[in-house]
Amino acid sequence: MPDSTTPLATRTSPRLRSPFASLSARLPRHRTLLLGITITGLLVLIALLAPWLAPHDPYAQSTANRMIPPVWHAAGSWEHMLGTDRLGRDYLSRLLYGARISLFIGLLAAFISGLIGTTLGVLAGYFGGRVDAVVSYILTTRLALPVVLVALALASLTGGSLIMVTLLLGLLLWDRFTVVARSATVQLRDAEYVQAAQALGASLPYILLREILPNIAPALIVVATLEVANAILLEATLSFLGMGIQPPLPSWGLMIAEGKAYMFFQPWVIAIPGAALFMLVLAINLLGDGLRDISAPGGRDE
Amino acid sequence: MWAFILKRLLVALGVALTISVLSFSLLQISGDLAIAIGGPEATAEQVEQIRQEFGLDRPLIQQFGAWLWNAAQFDFGRSYYYQSSVMELVAERLPVTLTLGFLSLAIAICVSIPLGVAAALKRGSWIDRVAMAIAVTGQAMPNFWFGLTLIIVFAVNLQWFPAAGSESWKGYVLPAIALGYYATPAMMRLTRSGMLEVLQSDYIRTARAKGLSTTSVVFKHALRNAVIPVVALAAVELGFMLGGSVVIETVFSLRGLGHLAWSAISRNDYPVVQAVVLIIALFYIVLTLLADILNAALDPRLRTR
Repeated sequence: MPDSTTPLATRTSPRLRSPFASLSARLPRHRTLLLGITITGLLVLIALLAPWLAPHDPYAQSTANRMIPPVWHAAGSWEHMLGTDRLGRDYLSRLLYGARISLFIGLLAAFISGLIGTTLGVLAGYFGGRVDAVVSYILTTRLALPVVLVALALASLTGGSLIMVTLLLGLLLWDRFTVVARSATVQLRDAEYVQAAQALGASLPYILLREILPNIAPALIVVATLEVANAILLEATLSFLGMGIQPPLPSWGLMIAEGKAYMFFQPWVIAIPGAALFMLVLAINLLGDGLRDISAPGGRDE
Repeated sequence: MWAFILKRLLVALGVALTISVLSFSLLQISGDLAIAIGGPEATAEQVEQIRQEFGLDRPLIQQFGAWLWNAAQFDFGRSYYYQSSVMELVAERLPVTLTLGFLSLAIAICVSIPLGVAAALKRGSWIDRVAMAIAVTGQAMPNFWFGLTLIIVFAVNLQWFPAAGSESWKGYVLPAIALGYYATPAMMRLTRSGMLEVLQSDYIRTARAKGLSTTSVVFKHALRNAVIPVVALAAVELGFMLGGSVVIETVFSLRGLGHLAWSAISRNDYPVVQAVVLIIALFYIVLTLLADILNAALDPRLRTR
């Protein structure tokens, strides 16, 4: 809440009765959202606790223990629950550490793209006119770029380090933030409390950051969630194609690429990291879709 | 209407020009072009000679002008790796990518529109849930992984289709499914929400009140209006799929544009890379332009925007 010097209008405006309050009331009734939160939470926990959960060093190679199948195969053992890869590295440990890479890249890339996209969108929505035209031009240009191809080419040129890949994704995936921030800002631009703040001489940064931003935040959080999932998928794609995260880091996309040569006889080498990737992205998407459902005034479809 | 088309056309031209600047920059930041053209054995004098011969010592803006002039005539220079003209390589691969793109789009349309309509008509029923499940899993499925899974199941175990190559139509089936599944969720959601909206509108209520049969109402009146935005989205999705072909073509070793771009990137063959980026972007620009015009022609409210 703003301090006592803020105009009265903002305090009495019903919109500022925290948008999050209505969310928490509707949360328990939304089953897929709860499922999304639970699985995402679990995977985040796994990523955080990877050093303690992993039974082996994810980088330790062992020529004697190459391509051991998972425990449910006849030749499997509890020593390596999910088996080992072609260099004898423990697959479960690599999978657990891989969750860290996916989540780190997903969160940071979504944060960067959120900053870029929201700035552009809010400015376009608030000022309209020429600013809006320029932003929509930049947006149209960005949308016309084939993302996977451009990301591949740039990742290849910059060498595909963890930070570089994250930056690239952040610089490419801001389009949905701009679209949503712009339309949400347009709706608020003429709201009474924004006009009141203008009339009372509030500065531009104050209006944008304290009046507009908090009220478009719920919509942006939904986009951010979906964009985390999007960035995770794109990182996996780049790494699978050999231009993203480089060995020996255990990126899930890279694990699938490394297992590709063995997939005909031992499909589990691609099934396991693929399933992990699918589950993480699915859970985050369920979380995002659920948040959108309960934050929309009439709920789903209305 | 003509003013609208003219305005959109100008924007599209501007965007195409901007993309060509970006594409030219991609070539520039890929390294010293004279050294790249000369190859690893070239001496310093040879490199200097190439620099003058190709005009690489001129100011960048002049180089861009020359490049753009050539690009406008579909001349993108020579590939470092193949030693043949980039445009020849592109022309050779383009049919494969276009075939894949249209097939994928056809699959996506055949799945998403009937399913979206059924889901909207029987809202909350099992078919609505199946549709939503397909949409949700489709968005979360890494498409390269889905492609590999298709290969294991249908090419290796069942042996219905080949795992790679484009020699016969059979080679296109699995890649088109993998790529089409990617476009299905968005189109299905749009069909479903469009149908829901149209079914609640006044003119449908009137049609129903006049005593028309449900089939007639749904297919003659509702579907036609609900499907307009989906057709426009389909054009945009086709553009996306041409871009996404790089992943699927690599997985299935289909020798199309995407495969060409991927191998060119791994060989640092940037004249090819920048040409493919530009060509795919141009396809996208033209397709979205057509979609915009189509939308505006069918819905006059959009023209004033």
